[in-house]
Amino acid sequence: MSARTYELIYILKPEATEQEVADLQAQVEGIVQRLGGSIEKTEPWGRRKLAYEIGKHKEGFYVLHVIQGSGELMKEIDRRLKVTDGLIRHLVVRVDERQIVAERARTKRQEESRRRRVARGLPPERQPGEGPQRDSDDDGDMTYDGVDVEA
Amino acid sequence: MAFGGRKPSGPGGRGKSAAAGDKQGGQRRGLFRRRKVCKFCADRIDDINYKDVKLLSGFVPERGKVLPRRISGTCAKHQRALRVAILRARQLALLPYASD
Repeated sequence: MSARTYELIYILKPEATEQEVADLQAQVEGIVQRLGGSIEKTEPWGRRKLAYEIGKHKEGFYVLHVIQGSGELMKEIDRRLKVTDGLIRHLVVRVDERQIVAERARTKRQEESRRRRVARGLPPERQPGEGPQRDSDDDGDMTYDGVDVEA
Repeated sequence: MAFGGRKPSGPGGRGKSAAAGDKQGGQRRGLFRRRKVCKFCADRIDDINYKDVKLLSGFVPERGKVLPRRISGTCAKHQRALRVAILRARQLALLPYASD
């Protein structure tokens, strides 16, 4: 079983105490350890305004975990979080496949640029003071239905 | 008398159609359109992340809908990835489903 990488984000009620936040984190950690996974990163984002009201809440306490483990592990976490009180939302996303694709795109682009530079008789890496990489005619303004939308 | 009666209707009708033609031609040809470039291709963003609210909110107009490709100039590949990222961000209340 090759390990997969998942991201787990959950939103607690804004009135949750530090103790409750810590308890839930410990609970997640417990499940991960029990089912043979590992937590790579834990990142509490803290209180954030919600883009829309959920129930009667306008704010939420966000926590992000990056977890390595199997699909069964995430299924179990998902199941447990569904029945946990004090939680307003949670989301599990598998990220390793996307990361590999992004990595591949990056290396491909680098190789391509290296090949072109060699074909033009330049050293493969960019030298300092070569000027801007691309002249974009996009001045960044965006309009939609005649209304400026650039946030 | 006869051509007096004809006069208002004749040029009037022609004038109307000519004005309509002008308007169409003016909108098609007269306005300069800048070639749009996909932001993600230009900035080399390989992974469109749902957590990057700052980036995504540029593609969600006030109403909360996903900005169409014909407006933003995003390429098909990145528009698909962008859509998924926006859908996820909405689930987490990072972006609105609809506003106003």
